[in-house]
Amino acid sequence: MTQLSTPPTGTGPLGRREARLAWGLLFPTLFIVSLVVVLPLLSIFWISFKPVGLADLRAPTPVVREDLRGRPAAGGDPAEIRYRIRNSSQDKLITGVVLTDTLPEGLTIQTLDPRCRMDGAALRCDLGDFEGGHREDFRIPVTVSQAFLDAETAVDATPVQITGSAENIMTNAEFTLENFARVFDGDEFWGVLGVTLFYTIFGTVGALLFGLFAAMLLNKSFRGQGILRGLFLFPYVAPVIAVAFTWVNLFDPFSGSANALLIQMGVTQQSINFFGQRPLALIMVTVFEIWRYFPLSFLFILARMQSIDSSMYEAADMDGASPFQKFWYLSLPQLLGILSVLFLLRFIWTFNKFDDIFLLTGGNAGTRTLTVNVYEQAFAISNIGAGAAVAVVIFGCLLIFSFLFFRFISREEGL
Amino acid sequence: MSMLRFGYVTGPVLGVLWMIVVATSVAVAMSFATGEAFRPSILLCLVWGALAGVAGVGARRGPANLAIGSGVVFLATLFGIGPLVMGEGVDWVARAFAALLLALSAIPPIRAILVQVTTLGALSRHEFEDAVIRFLTGFGYIFFTAIVVIPFYVMVMTSVKSQSALLQNPLDFSLDLDKGWALFRSYSELFGQFNFGSYLWTSFYVSVLTVLLTLLFSVPGAYAVARLRFRGRAAFSRSILLIYMVPMIVLALPIYIAFSMTGLRNSIAGILMIYPVTTIPVALYMLQGYFRGLPAEVEEAGLMDGLSRLAVIWKITLPLSLPALASVSLYVFMIAWNEFLLAFMLLDDPSKFTLTRGVAMLNSSEIPREHLMAGSVIATVPIMVIFLGLERFMTKGLTAGSVKG
Repeated sequence: MTQLSTPPTGTGPLGRREARLAWGLLFPTLFIVSLVVVLPLLSIFWISFKPVGLADLRAPTPVVREDLRGRPAAGGDPAEIRYRIRNSSQDKLITGVVLTDTLPEGLTIQTLDPRCRMDGAALRCDLGDFEGGHREDFRIPVTVSQAFLDAETAVDATPVQITGSAENIMTNAEFTLENFARVFDGDEFWGVLGVTLFYTIFGTVGALLFGLFAAMLLNKSFRGQGILRGLFLFPYVAPVIAVAFTWVNLFDPFSGSANALLIQMGVTQQSINFFGQRPLALIMVTVFEIWRYFPLSFLFILARMQSIDSSMYEAADMDGASPFQKFWYLSLPQLLGILSVLFLLRFIWTFNKFDDIFLLTGGNAGTRTLTVNVYEQAFAISNIGAGAAVAVVIFGCLLIFSFLFFRFISREEGL
Repeated sequence: MSMLRFGYVTGPVLGVLWMIVVATSVAVAMSFATGEAFRPSILLCLVWGALAGVAGVGARRGPANLAIGSGVVFLATLFGIGPLVMGEGVDWVARAFAALLLALSAIPPIRAILVQVTTLGALSRHEFEDAVIRFLTGFGYIFFTAIVVIPFYVMVMTSVKSQSALLQNPLDFSLDLDKGWALFRSYSELFGQFNFGSYLWTSFYVSVLTVLLTLLFSVPGAYAVARLRFRGRAAFSRSILLIYMVPMIVLALPIYIAFSMTGLRNSIAGILMIYPVTTIPVALYMLQGYFRGLPAEVEEAGLMDGLSRLAVIWKITLPLSLPALASVSLYVFMIAWNEFLLAFMLLDDPSKFTLTRGVAMLNSSEIPREHLMAGSVIATVPIMVIFLGLERFMTKGLTAGSVKG
């Protein structure tokens, strides 16, 4: 009986070394991405259950101002050191407020508040808890010496310090479902969702169709083809802020060229408020989306078209296929892969789009999509929690999309 | 469909359609150029288009007939009975120019569209479809050029016109050349009073630093994913793109909160922490695709000769992938340059604005429109110059860069 030799299992030292190197190379990326992407995503879930508004972002702190009252003129005159203290928040409690200060030389304290202690020149007062909106004038009677007056020291030359701990809304154990209740409240949510779907579906399909059309135009070589290809990419390459404001300008109801043109051609008698009325505003932002992103689909479809083998078309010509037949039976099946991938990716990206609508209409006139709603809730209504809740809803939708995406992407090679 | 496949139907129908397209385009172009009243007359388009269509099919082919047809349309338009109607105040030079433009872009192309349609009788499927495709092609060129050019034309021209002049006639983009350099008043005010010079510089160095940081992080990462074997490689290379599915506004909200609490808001350092992270995934994805295409043998030779892995990356892989690095850099530069949302949310201090944030500041009713448009032009021109100069790399970057938008 000879002993059976088994092939080595697991990873050898060389393999382990390689894996270590790989993770070492990947570590900076992983670290920074988890810091800036994963951490915020998790915190969005946390915040969405928190009753937090924009104003709560600044934690309540005790604030103090110090001055010397009583205008002492000669040595031995009485005076008062006054500390004006308040709670910066109107409704939040601050616990354990402690005031510390160093008294300037030449001041003798007459009577000390029971809450305070002197240790040499150092003053320390335990002021206890401050209710929201608490204000207090805290006075210490002193006598001044001539030396103090001669030295002309300001009493706040040594800055007074005050500390206290307030409960941070972000880290305490207070949770609420009200944010979600507010998001799903009534018809508004379904209205927003409907607008989002309209914008996403028509924006995506429109950009794909226009891109396909443009790609077919340029899928032959002629003089000026390069120039036209560059030109067609302009809307995508230009900064969104520039083109969005240009569109607003162009379609302005008072000084917009588009309206002037339409009136002149007799299409309309009155100027149209393109970005200000329902449902035209929604159609216009969708048209803008198509205009801005058709170049991208154009580029991809053109790249795919140029890689199709031309001998297939020659064979079809021999068989007497007409141009439309060639497009329908030969080109389209070849393009179906790239078209479906583009559709999925563009769908998700259009769904996520925020800047365009925000700049064109600010979400008014029936153009509020989910992403714009995040901004509206968090910053316009100053309810960060509700904004985060909308973000969680968006994230849920995206999980569904990315599931689909992975199923398709594994089938479609090349992207 | 088969009903249309007769020369006497196809010819006039395509003729009419083309005539409408051309008359509308010429009217729009002339209106934008002169500010005068030009409009297409649908009724006359029908008549002239049908005539041209029939003539295009039936008449004998030759340059003489083409010239006669063009001449007739030219004269008819000049005297107000052509497809294009002009207002009373239009001077004769503009009139003649518009008529000539119309005649030349209507008659010869109709002839070209119908080149395969040689009979007024029944057409073969091939002849018919060829004519339709020729029509669609011509229409497509005009249409796409118009929708791209018009907004940019309006942007540039508005920036050199005064708002009151535009309110009077929104179509009059003609330049008052007598004003000389005063035409560029809004530009000089932006650079003088609104500090646009410093915004330009901020945007520039933020974009360049973003490119450098992105490359610093993504080159080693991409190399690891492309070349090294480790557990979880496949899952990793797929999930890179998942990060791209996260909408920016969802991230911007917690980032805003965190930056507010830590005091990073309103600082360029904060912006520079965020921008590269938004671009690292796509850069990594693009680069790993390229690295995979490089022959591994060259690197193995380097390893045999005693180079370490890092030295191999530095001395062999990177020099070989310069074109890919150029594409990635351009693409990342474009994203960083155009970025608006984060700059808008995180920067409040006018001395630290990037260009896009600066332009957003101009969107107020107290600041005249031409300033806003001039700001837009300032933001657009640099990226366009870079794009046109390096279009080859840029298109490659866009295609490889997947579909970020």
